[in-house]
Order: sequence, then structure tokens, then C-alpha cells
Amino acid sequence: MLSRVSTYLYLRPKLVLGLLLVPPLLWFLVIYIGSLISLLVNSFFSLDSFTGQIVREFTLKTYAKLFETSNLQIFARTTIMAALVTIACAALAFPLSYYMARFATPRMKTFLYIGVTLPLWSSYVVRVYSWKLILAQEGIVSWFARIVQLDGLLDWYLSLPIVGGPSLAISSTGVFLVFVYIWLPYMVIPIQTALERVPKSLIEASSDLGAKPAQTFRNVILPLAFPGVIAGSIFTFSLTLGDFIVPQLFGSSAYTIGRAVLTFQGTSNNIPLAAAFTMGPILIMIVYLLIARKLGAFDAL
Amino acid sequence: MLSKNTSQPSVERGSRWLQASAIAVLLFLHIPMWLIFLYSFTTDTAAYTFPPPGLTLKWIPQALSNPEMQAALSLSIRVASLATVAALILGTLAAAAVYRSDFFGKEAISFMLLLPLALPGIVTGIAMRSAMSLISIPFSYWTIVIGHATFCVVVVYNNVLARFRRSGGSMIEASMDLGANSFQTFWHIVLPNIGTALLAGAILAFSLSFDEVIVTTFTAGQQETLPIWILGQMFKPRSRPITNVTAMLVVIITALPILLAQRITAGSSDTEGSNK
Repeated sequence: MLSRVSTYLYLRPKLVLGLLLVPPLLWFLVIYIGSLISLLVNSFFSLDSFTGQIVREFTLKTYAKLFETSNLQIFARTTIMAALVTIACAALAFPLSYYMARFATPRMKTFLYIGVTLPLWSSYVVRVYSWKLILAQEGIVSWFARIVQLDGLLDWYLSLPIVGGPSLAISSTGVFLVFVYIWLPYMVIPIQTALERVPKSLIEASSDLGAKPAQTFRNVILPLAFPGVIAGSIFTFSLTLGDFIVPQLFGSSAYTIGRAVLTFQGTSNNIPLAAAFTMGPILIMIVYLLIARKLGAFDAL
Repeated sequence: MLSKNTSQPSVERGSRWLQASAIAVLLFLHIPMWLIFLYSFTTDTAAYTFPPPGLTLKWIPQALSNPEMQAALSLSIRVASLATVAALILGTLAAAAVYRSDFFGKEAISFMLLLPLALPGIVTGIAMRSAMSLISIPFSYWTIVIGHATFCVVVVYNNVLARFRRSGGSMIEASMDLGANSFQTFWHIVLPNIGTALLAGAILAFSLSFDEVIVTTFTAGQQETLPIWILGQMFKPRSRPITNVTAMLVVIITALPILLAQRITAGSSDTEGSNK
């Protein structure tokens, strides 16, 4: 019986392909793509401000709200933070990736690789939590500042507008630090992959032709590693753009895209506005991905 | 030649400087997690004083017997288990389909599977929330599981597909030539071959689901998974020592399987960490 079924299936590869594809395809089309479509649909609805009910009629009212000054500021604030986090991640990741790709012995490389991927896969919430401990007023940073007698400097820094706040745990500097910490591994791996692919012969050729190491680095290695940086930046940028937990825990009351979306759908049940708001990061990411593809980032993934 | 000789010492210096900064970055990635371990033993209950005023073991049994924590842990494990099973089935089916045949839209499938992880979590979260609002689905255990399974599929898919590509089809052909039917071939050849890839994929999917908080926020309603419980503790700390110990527990629960998954797939680039 079984072997007859087997022969039947063997003679009909298209049927087998269909049987294999239908469950995952159905799941993704119905649940995921369906959800995305419902997001789009919802963004064209509006909330009746008197009844608090969602009005299921086509309107552009909700989108118009995005262009109010306070909402534009939210987009600007979040995008600037994402850009700064991305730059800092790239700056920190580069030396580590470079060392991993070019100098580390195979054993050291495995060790470093695990050292980078372990935080990547370990609990996001717990890693965020650890910074609550570090940045707290009575925590390790303040303690260290006292020991090296720089607490005056820390207080002065915190008194500055924009970057400062009541304590490091409630300041945009805190948000920035935690973001850099959380997303850094996403930057290290793609840069390392890109650097691994730089052929040794090119580097030797460059130095044979009389280039100093610094020149080789600038003119040969850096351009070839750049797609890796862009690939990593896709992650750091997109993740910062959508995150609402870090700004909520460490930020001032100023909203970011993520916090705005969370609040709209939660307390006010304004799913249409939340949906329209989400189109912001989706659009930003699409533009970003198009630029990244132009710069060759997808070969480095 | 001359330039090479003169540049040699600076290469040495450069690599030492590089090593130092590489180690510094690595420490930056790890010290915060070690601090959680330290804080699990502090006698301080009201603040996050550093250095801890004293050390004690008494929080560990208290945390383990905390009913709220237990309830959250149990929900997380139940969600992650079912999401992993769903991801294993869907991911393996998709990988088998993509590996064995060429068909229209093949590239699009990989892309679609990756999308829930590649887009910011908030997009997946609010999309599911809006679908639930549109057709009035109430929050439940199942809404959490469905959300999690959706973004877990791709890790299984990546692992299994990489294994298929590496092992090639000749074994399967040989088995069929020797008279085994499709089912026997699957049972005796394919399954043992992709076994460790499935295991690694399952581990990664489980820990991905176990940790997830952003999509869960939108699909869970009032239910608390463990990460959501910890998050709640951060906003309104009710018991810092118990939160500290729970955080340590989560690090251990997720780190050990991941080290295992690394070992299983060591030497190959099966685990696409950067695709998380």
C-alpha cells in the first residue's frame, strides 16, 4: 500500500511540490500577508472621536494626521536616533570584525564568533534590563564616576539639554547607549562576513605596489567592506526605528514611532492611526533597502 | 620591498591596538550580562546599588517559588513549544519544496519567510493586531502562538535548506535506486541527514519565541509571557530581587541551548545568526 502511494507520488512531482508548498504558503499568505493587508486597510479607516469606535469607511483623514507638527517631530526624532545608533554600531563593530576576519587564529575566531552571537540570540528583555542596573543613579556608572572623581563631569553632562536628563537612566544618552549595546552584534556579523571575502592577494598586491598599510586599508579594504556595513545598518536602523521598549524605559516622555504606535492602539484603541503611523517606518525601510541594494549590501548578507 | 620592511613594525602595533579594541568591544557586549548574575545575589532590595552591600543566596528559592513568575514561565514554555513545532513543520516543508524543484516565485518564498524577522517587530505586531481588530478575534494563547510561529519559520527554513544544499541529492537517488520507496527513503536517509539541522533550527526557534516581546505585546492582551512579566517589573518594580534572579534564569535558559546549537552546526554556516 505504502509503496503504491510512493510510486504514485514519485510519478507526480508537481503534486508533491504542491503538497509541500501548500501548508507554509497558506499560513504565510493568510496570516502574514493577510495581516499586512489588514494593516493597510485599517490605515484608511478613521476613529470617531465621539464614540471611540472605528469608522470602517475609506478616508485619508488618518494619513493627514501624520503631517501634524508633533507627529512629524516623532518621525524626525526616531530617524535621527536610528541613524546615530547605526553610526555608533558601525564604529564599534568595525575593529572587532576586522580583527576576527584578518588576525584571529581559527580557535580565537570561533571563540569570538560565539562571543558575538550569544548576545545576539540571548534575551532582549534581559539585556535591556541589565542596563537598568548599570545606568541607575546608584549603579555602576555613577560609582565608577565617583571613583575616578569625574562625577562633576557626569552631573554637568546630565544638565545639558537634549542629551541629558534627571539621570543617565532617563536620558536620550541612555536610550542611545542601550540601543548601541542591543543591536551591536547585528552589525558585527555582516561586516565580518564582508571582510572575510576580501581576497588576501588584493591586499598583498596593494602593499607590493607600495601602499602603506593605512593606504591599503583606506583604498582596498574599506571599499570592499562597505557593503557589509550597509547590510548591518539595515538591521540596526530598522530595529531602532521600530523599538518602543528602550525609549519607554530609558527615554523622557518624548514619543518615538514605536511608542506612538503602541499608545494609539492600546489606550485609545485608535488602530487606524497606529496603522497609518506604521506606514512611516515601512516606507523609510523600503527606501533604505533600495539604496542598500544599489550599494551592494545584499551580497554581504 | 623597502616599503614592506618599514611598514612591518606599524602592522605589529596596529594589530595589537586592534586586538585591544576588539576585546574592549567584546567586553562591552558581555559585562552587562555578568552584572545580572552579580545582582541576583545582592542583599539590596530597594535600589541597584553598586557595589552590592552584601551577598545572599536567599532570593533564588524565593524567585523559583514565586507564583506570578511560575505562571509567566509556564505560558512562555507552552507558547514556545507549540510555535517551535509549527515552525519545524512549515519550515521543513518550505525548505524541501524550494530545494527539490524550480518553480515560479521561488525567490519570493524565501523573501516572504524572512519578512516577519526583517521588518521591525512592531510592523508584524501591529499588522496582526489590526487583523484581529478587523475580524474581531479575541486575544488568546493561540494568537500568541500564531504570531510567534510566523517569525520562527525562517530560522528552521534557513537551517534545513542549508543542510539540503550541502548534502546533495545523490543519497536520495541511491536509496530509491536500491528499491526503497519515498517513505522509507525519507525515514532512513532524509530524516537522519537533516536531524541535527532540525534540532538546531528548533533550538533557535524556541529561544526566539521564548524571548520575544514586541510582537507579543500586540497579540497577548492581558496575558503575561515571561519577558512581558520582566518588562512589567521594570516599569513598576514590585520585587527587584525576584526580577534579578528571573533575569539570570532567562540568560541561562536561553544561552545553554544556543551554545548547543552552535556546537551542533559547528564548522558549517548553517545557523544564519545575522538573519535573526
